[in-house]
Amino acid sequence: MMQPVSAQPRGWFELVRTHLLKDLRIEWRSREAIQSMLFFALLVVVLFSMAFDPTAAASREIAGGVLCVATLFASVSALNQAWTREIRHEVLDALRLTPADRSAIFVAKVLANFFFVTVVQILLGPVFFIFYNLRPLGNGWLLLAVIPLGTWALVANGTFFAALSIRSRNRELLLPLILFPIFLPALLAMVLAVKTVLTGDGSDPHLLWLKMLAGYDIIFMTVSLLLFDTVLQAE
Amino acid sequence: MPPVDDRSTTSFRPADAAPLARLTDISRLFGSFAALRHLSFDFQPGKCYVLLGENGAGKSTLLRILAGLLPPSYGAIHLFGTLTPAEACGRIGYMSHAPMLYDELTGMENLRYFAALYPPHQALAPEVALRQVGLDPALPRTVGKYSQGMRQRASLARVLMAQPELLLLDEPFSNMDVTSAHQMVALLAGLRTAERTIVLTTHQRELALPIADHLLTLREGSLDSVIDGGAARA
Repeated sequence: MMQPVSAQPRGWFELVRTHLLKDLRIEWRSREAIQSMLFFALLVVVLFSMAFDPTAAASREIAGGVLCVATLFASVSALNQAWTREIRHEVLDALRLTPADRSAIFVAKVLANFFFVTVVQILLGPVFFIFYNLRPLGNGWLLLAVIPLGTWALVANGTFFAALSIRSRNRELLLPLILFPIFLPALLAMVLAVKTVLTGDGSDPHLLWLKMLAGYDIIFMTVSLLLFDTVLQAE
Repeated sequence: MPPVDDRSTTSFRPADAAPLARLTDISRLFGSFAALRHLSFDFQPGKCYVLLGENGAGKSTLLRILAGLLPPSYGAIHLFGTLTPAEACGRIGYMSHAPMLYDELTGMENLRYFAALYPPHQALAPEVALRQVGLDPALPRTVGKYSQGMRQRASLARVLMAQPELLLLDEPFSNMDVTSAHQMVALLAGLRTAERTIVLTTHQRELALPIADHLLTLREGSLDSVIDGGAARA
């Protein structure tokens, strides 16, 4: 009757897996996040291409920015939806009453959002290269490090700040207002790193932008993990 | 001092020792509105408490404070001796007005998910919990397509699955037909026999009366009366 409850009833990785599989299953059935992101990002890419009709050289200069901004804007709705599901029928309160480690909820949400955004980027990639007539002049393989690191920075921050604004009546507006300024250093690093790869200008021989993205990811993920339980318990 | 009215503390402390939950001078404010005012009460283990009162009397607020989902503005709460609600969360089951389940998953998938968040030997098998409330575990429909009554039962199954020592049920009979409501009362009677402590709110006093050990009436955030269930049935 009076036995203390174990703080961590199951392995942490098992908990992350449980939450992640649930999020993936719900998205598979509803397809809300990926569909809305994909159409929005496609629209941005096509509209920019038509509005500016850039030459091949100009494309290499602006393509990184267009890709990053399209991903950023498109992912905001998905990041909001991720938590809206949890508060729709007070499910989050049921989760708060379980003895399981809450940080696993956050990490699983970040992983799920990272997966959704990556799927959109993979589908968007060919369209993007065709519309902007792109061919990397630098080390193209570096994009495989730059884009995931930038995407992680976006979803880790976005998932955390979406949780922070979850109980606000204006959460749809609040998330971009908090997220965009804080994401700005990572956005700049991502845009400049992509531009360096596409133009092959050799201006960043020590991959400083890439290292900055990695550092940003580590710092913000750690801070978010440390503060997540406080955010979850806040009224 | 809390800025609520200076009505004297409403304290009902039965003589029995070692309460399962002890509320000491609890007040809860929402802005300038006091949902609960200087409330003190001891909930004894293995008993069923029925909270009555009009809408806005503070019943749901009291349940959320007991569950640890809402901190009191003033006062102290201790569960299972010296634990705070946050420390005792795995031992509390809470059923709200909302189903607290995912619309996109079936009842079985929802319960499997929640079962995985409890210690392996604490949770009942999801199939058993669903059958206890009269739902078919093989039902392929997602919870979003359930009727209100079915959602209510699935929600209760989620609570029962964790085998909590303290059950907090917010209007468990609402949206239920008469037969289902009586089935739920029978189920709760069985839990009380199994020494679980139940605190439930309802507007259907007559329905809850057979299982009530104590009837607590809240009025404007204060405890207005505590009636013994046996006396109320007589």
